[in-house]
This record gives sequence, C-alpha cells and structure tokens, in this order.
Amino acid sequence: MATKTEDYLGITDYKVIGTRPIRHDGVDKVTGRAVYGADVQMAGLLHGRILRSPHAHARIKSIDTSKAEALAGVKAVATAADIPMPEDKVEDLGEGAANLRHLRANVLADDKVLYHGHAIAGVAATNPNIAEAALALIKVEYEVLKPMLDVREAMAEDAPLLLENLTTQSGGEDTGKKSNIATHFQHKLGDLEAGFAAADVIVEREFNTGTVHQGYIEPQNATALWNPDGRLTVWCSTQGSFTVRDQMAQLLQLSVLNVRVIPTEIGGGFGGKIRVYLEPVAAILSKKTGHPVKMVMNRTEVLQATGPTPGSYIKIKIGATKQGKLVAAEAYLAYESGGYPGGWADPAAMCIVSPYDIENVTIDGYNVLVNKPQTMAYRAPGATNAAFASETVIDEICEQLKMDPLEFRLKNSAKEGTRRADGPVYPRIGHEECLKAAQSHPHYSAPLEGPNTGRGVASGFWFNVGLKSSATASVNTDGTVTLVEGSTDIGGTRTSLAMQLAEVLGISAEDVKPTVADTDGVGETDVTGGSRVTFATGWAVYKAAEDIKSQMIDRAAKHWEIPEKEVVFEDGNFRTKSDSSKSLTFKEMAGNLNATGGPVIGRGTVDPPGVGGAFAIMIVDVEVDPDTGKVQILRATMIQDAGKAVHPSYVEGQMQGGAAQGIGWGLNEEYFYTKDGHLANSSLLDYRMPTSLDLPMIDTVIVEVPNPGHPFGVRGVGEVPIVPPPAALANAIYRAVGVRMDVLPMSPGNILKAMWAKDGPGASKD
Amino acid sequence: MAGKIHVQTKINDEDVEFLCEPRDTLLDVLRDNLGLTGTKEGCSNGNCGACTVILDGRAVDSCLVLGVEADAQEITTIEGIATPDGLHPLQQKFLEHAALQCGICTPGFIVAAKALLDREPNPSEDRIRLWLAGNLCRCTGYDKIVKAVMDVAGTLKE
Repeated sequence: MATKTEDYLGITDYKVIGTRPIRHDGVDKVTGRAVYGADVQMAGLLHGRILRSPHAHARIKSIDTSKAEALAGVKAVATAADIPMPEDKVEDLGEGAANLRHLRANVLADDKVLYHGHAIAGVAATNPNIAEAALALIKVEYEVLKPMLDVREAMAEDAPLLLENLTTQSGGEDTGKKSNIATHFQHKLGDLEAGFAAADVIVEREFNTGTVHQGYIEPQNATALWNPDGRLTVWCSTQGSFTVRDQMAQLLQLSVLNVRVIPTEIGGGFGGKIRVYLEPVAAILSKKTGHPVKMVMNRTEVLQATGPTPGSYIKIKIGATKQGKLVAAEAYLAYESGGYPGGWADPAAMCIVSPYDIENVTIDGYNVLVNKPQTMAYRAPGATNAAFASETVIDEICEQLKMDPLEFRLKNSAKEGTRRADGPVYPRIGHEECLKAAQSHPHYSAPLEGPNTGRGVASGFWFNVGLKSSATASVNTDGTVTLVEGSTDIGGTRTSLAMQLAEVLGISAEDVKPTVADTDGVGETDVTGGSRVTFATGWAVYKAAEDIKSQMIDRAAKHWEIPEKEVVFEDGNFRTKSDSSKSLTFKEMAGNLNATGGPVIGRGTVDPPGVGGAFAIMIVDVEVDPDTGKVQILRATMIQDAGKAVHPSYVEGQMQGGAAQGIGWGLNEEYFYTKDGHLANSSLLDYRMPTSLDLPMIDTVIVEVPNPGHPFGVRGVGEVPIVPPPAALANAIYRAVGVRMDVLPMSPGNILKAMWAKDGPGASKD
Repeated sequence: MAGKIHVQTKINDEDVEFLCEPRDTLLDVLRDNLGLTGTKEGCSNGNCGACTVILDGRAVDSCLVLGVEADAQEITTIEGIATPDGLHPLQQKFLEHAALQCGICTPGFIVAAKALLDREPNPSEDRIRLWLAGNLCRCTGYDKIVKAVMDVAGTLKE
C-alpha cells in the first residue's frame, strides 16, 4: 500500500511484527516476582518520610528540627539548606527545560511554600513509624499568604505573586514585567480577519477544565545509597533513569559518573514519573547517615504533591463557510503551571486545531503560576483540554451546517503537506484514513434507541516525539540474542523492541531476551514518554540488528572463505550470490561465531527526526440520567493510526487505556481545592477514577498508514487515545439531553447545572 | 509502646508464625516481615485493591486487615497462586490476553478473580465487572482483564 521512503522499508510480509507473542516480563508480573521500587530491600535500610506544608501559599519564617533529631531512632533530618544552591539557570534535563533553583525548591521548599503538600523536610529513621512521629516534632513558622487557585485570577494585574521575581517571557523575550504569567507565545498562520470575514458560520465558546492527576497505581518511591567513595546509587520507579541521573547530578553537584540510577519495574507513569521528588532527599539522608534510605509516598502525598496535569481556561472561535470549509480559528489557552513555571499550553497549541487544514489561525498561549503542585505531563499533555474545546465547537458548526460530523471532518482533514499553525508541515499522516474507518464502522450506523441517549464523535492529534535512545545486542552461539536497552518498560515495550530485532535477524521474538539496563549499562536513553519507545528505541534496536547483520555477513564470508560482497542475508538466511547450495540460517551462523573471530555485539544509537504524528477518533454512545445527571457509557469505539502495530494487543491496550483515562477526565476526575487552597479529595475514594463497572468493552480499530520516518513505519501510539474522549462524550451528551457542556469534568452535578440552566430546575421530571 | 504480638497463621498452604506490632496491617506484615512483596500497596485505605489477598475464602484488602487478625486464619497471596506444575489458568490468560501493562495492579486482580472463580466458576461479564470494581487499573481500561477472566470462566464468546 505505502511506498518505500528514505527510512520506511515498505516490507509487506512481516514474520514477527504484527504477531502477538507473550511479553518477556509477563511471568514475573503475574506471579508477583517483578521487583517494583517499593519492593527494594537491603541491609541497614533506613526509612524516610517527608514533612509537608499545611498551607497553599506561605512564607517560611523558620524551621526547627532539633526535637525531631533528638527522637530515639531518628538518624537524620534534611531541609533545603542541605541541597547546594545551584546557579539561576535553565537546564534541559531530558524532560523539557527547568530552572535548577525551581527544581531544588520543589524538592524541599526554601523561603516559600507554593502548594498544599509542598515538601519542607525529610526524616530518616530506623522504621517508618518513627520517621512519621518525628515529622510532628519539626516546628515550622509560616506567614500565610493568599493563594491563587484560578488561572484568570492569577493573571490579573494586582494578583499576589507566587514567585516575586518572576517576569513574563513573551515570544522568548523577557518582558521585565513581574507577573504570575510565566510565559506567553503566539502562533499565526494566514490572515485571521480575512478568514472570519469569509465565514458564514462562526461559533465562539469559553471552556474551563479541572486539574487532574495521572493516577498511576504505584506511588512514587526512591531508595538511595551514598557510599563514602562519593558514588551515589538510586533505585526508583521512573519513566527515565537518565533524566533522574542528570537531575540528581545537577541538584547535588555531582559528576554523572558518580550517579547510578537503577530503574525498578514501574507501576504506571503517564508523564508523572519524570521529575524527581523523593530521590534527592533520600540521597541527602543517606549521605548524612551512611545507610541506604528508602522513601515511599502514600496516596495522599501522591495527589497533593506530585504533578497533576493542568486545569485550563480556553476560549476558541472557529469559522466555516456554508459549503462546510473551515476558514479561520482563533484560540486563547491559559494553562496552570502550578507553583513553578512550566509549559503545557505549548503542546496544547500544537494540537488544538491540528487535525484540520485551516488557512487562517491565531493561537495565544499562557502558562500561569497558581498555588497547586507544579503541573506535569499527562499522556498527550495539554491536548485533551484543547480538543475538548475545539472538537465540541466543530460539532456545533456541523450542527448549524446540518453536516455529518465525520463527513465534515473528512472534508477539512489535514493531510500530507498541510501546514500546522505552529509551523511544521505534515509528512504522510493518517487522519483521513481514520475518519473513513470510523464512517464504515458498524458502530457509527448502528441504531441508538431510547430517551436521553446520544452518540458523539471527536478527533484527536498528538505529534509524538523522537529523542535519544541506545541499544546493544549480543549474539549467543545458540542463535539467541540478548538485547539491552534503556527505556523503562511501562506497557510491554521490552517485547515491542525485541520483536523489531527479531524481524531483522529472521529469528523469533522468543529468541530475543530484552533487558532494561541501568544508567551504567547502556547508552543514554531519554524518557519513556512522548509515545517514543517503540518508535525511537525501536529505531536504535533496528540499527543494532543491522549492525549484527553486517558483522555476521563478514563472518559468513570468512566461514565460506569468499569475499564479503558475495554474501547476502535474506529471509533469515545467509547465502552466497554464486553458489545456491551454500545457505546458513541465523542460528546456524551464530554457531560459527567463535570459529570466525569471537563474539558479535551490535549497537544502535539514535535521535531520529522522522517522528510520525498520530490521530485517534472516538465514537461513543451515552445515556444521561435526567434526574441525576449521571452519564452511562453504552458503547465505545476507538480508531487510531498506529503506522504499523508491532504488537497489536499492546497497541489495543494503549487505545483502551487512553480511552478509559479520557473518560475519567471527561466525566469524574478533578482536584477539589477549598478556597484557602487545601486539596480536599486526596484519596482514591474521593478522586474517583473509572472502575471496571463504569466502562463497557472498548472496541478498537487499528489503522496502519506507515510513518515514512521509521523502517517499519511505526508511529507512537501511547498518548493520542486520551485526546478525543472528553469531546466525544460532550458531543454525545448534547445529543442525549440537549446541553452543550463547557466544563470538565462533566460530572452529574455539572450536567444537572447545565440542564437546569437551559430548562429550569426539575424540568426533566415532567 | 506495646510489645510485639505472636501470630500463628497459614499462608499459601504453609504454617507461618510471625511477630508484629498491634498497629501493623496484614499488608505491612506480608511485605516487610515475610518478604511477600507480590502483594502491592497503592493507597493504604482500601480504595485501589492492589493489596488484595484471600482471607478464609474472601477477597480482602490486606491494608484494611491488621496483622494480628490473621491469627488462626488461612491466607492466599499472589505467591500462592501458581503451582510447581505451572501458572494458574488466570495467570496464563492474563498473559495471552495482554491483560497487564505496567503490572502493578495485576497481582490484586488475579487474586480477586481467583476468589470469584472459587465461588462462581462461570461468571458473566457483568458479574466479573461488579466483582472486580474494587480493583483499580489505570493502564488497560479493564477490557482485556475482563476478557481474560471470562476466558478462564468459559463465558467469553468470540
């Protein structure tokens, strides 16, 4: 179907890719043997706990740790004073740039606390109960300040400032203006005024979305051992061992050579396990005590003090002609960055109208400090809020034009050559193919009966990332291959990588043993994030396999005593061009390695440019209870372009998992802050994520439009499925009960409020 | 502080004795005293089900049971599900259906599903969804977990 490009090989008869082998780490994970961060045990282990701020915004006047230090069993107490003050500079630590002083102050607060739960001190003791008891003995004097909890209030001219010296950066320039607005940027394409002048239909709406958490089931944890020789070892649950290494080296002013990060199995991340929280504190406590120190957060700490993803205020205006052509879009995005500067409005702006070819677009983005934890990535960060706004407004335009929502999207779909408002021109993408798959899916034409039911659709885009990856692979003499790579495995990537190696070498997935190495065991590898592992680390593994292949061709030539150029490797066999009787399988040739020069190791490192953007579409049927406002999902279908699904079961799993998270975001999940800035729902009872009872089976359709920038056409698949659900649900709710929702979550209370605003309280009873 | 209490119990068909403080949860004891770290801690207040064990035939959150309450009881943890002959059918079907991603909730789901199948060998999809509603998974959307259990239960139709 697709033609070969510079990178895409155009293979049509895959042997391993596209099959569904059992994952290599599966047995360990179904028997409880897999070692996660909290399972780490070692001799002499001390246990650490963190003292956290009871205030959302306060100046710290003094900290007295003497009584805590005097408690029997307490071995050390750490405060910000124990972390060296770094230069006031911005460093790229493999997760986007961060100011080192802000990073330090977020680990242990210095002069100010900026959110409820902000870490202030760490205690190490002989058991966790003593450490906990010691926290109550630390005396902190505060000057309590007014918290800023809403982006628009925080943006006001006279708003109290979180960071008194912060000045707004606009378009990359320092404005010199002190404000809670950390950054502002603008993207412009075409002539907005002319675009709206040509429109027959214009819809403009405002949206507010709540702060939500990634909700991984495994809390953050870290165990650190700082040896007297100055070498620090850290065991932790992280999406990126190398970014933890680099953050630790910068914060503790160590050479990266003296920091070894051993990533344990990781119990979910979704963007929330990139930034260090406990690791530096455990390291300092280990240095002070000479013992290894283990720290594990409880769920309240996870919700109070690790990165949620931003709530937002979005205003969007979209215009179309009566023929159904989108001609102009204007968006204003204000995203919470939490207590310290961050930038999730930036990716939001890259996605908000990006499924479409619109000639005239202006997008303004603002990242705003509020007294909440510093916001972090969450699966296509920024894009879900943005799509909720754009995709519901597009639904409203379709309604006014009396056009089918999929047909309208197809008519306006971005395609190869379309320029996004933020600059890039699309290579081959699969949005049109996804829309067509949605149109022809039986779900879209199935009858939907009964009162208060409705069907909605929405598209979502996420650009995906490339970044650095490394892999080495050693050929064993029995023809199996040991693969070592640096991407922590959160969803089966050991297997999706092993399969790509096996495909090149003509062996089975089971003949490859993949291992995730620590930072001393493999070349630099960026985070498991940005939907990049199967794509980018897959690229590195492909290169390692090609390296093995070319070395093995040399060895086969030696074995047959003929020139290298006479040997070819095809269909898993080494052959000679001249003599068809000479043929060795990969396994047979592996048996000849020791006789032809010794072991063969392949290596691959990449920072691949050919990232393939991903599109997903959701079709969802709902029933809304008009008395309670509760939404029941009757049927859900996800359609997504995977480029090439290496292991289709795990691609489906990403689509279903992303959909479930998007449904939770759409219907239930939000942070409730009291007016004085206390997080009121810091448990999994009150921060309610979807259960098995809330969801139906989630049907999946994998579309495969190969990414021209990968040998096997792979696109990232992890993130984009979270993008369409809130908008698709809102569109379905509108058809069910006639209200256009402009707030997330669309909880029973918010839906009733909207219904009552339209029809009057209790109107549905009639 | 009270002294430690002696507890005699049976875990995974083995007689086990341990000492624990009155405040220690069964989860603390399993993980910290006995090294049975397959039982996971996700919330410590009974909302996520990652710590599910079978206590005298009932699926319970071991974070909501005190260690001392295990006295004279029988407990099954994830470590006791497979046999020397191989994986339990639930473990095998979880692998075949790709019913796990990060794997942290997996022990709790397998133990909870075993408790269900021990009582009701052939539960419907609705029954499975109700039974497993006390176990949170953030990765899978539950689809493949429910299908894996239905497959073992013989109620999965193609």
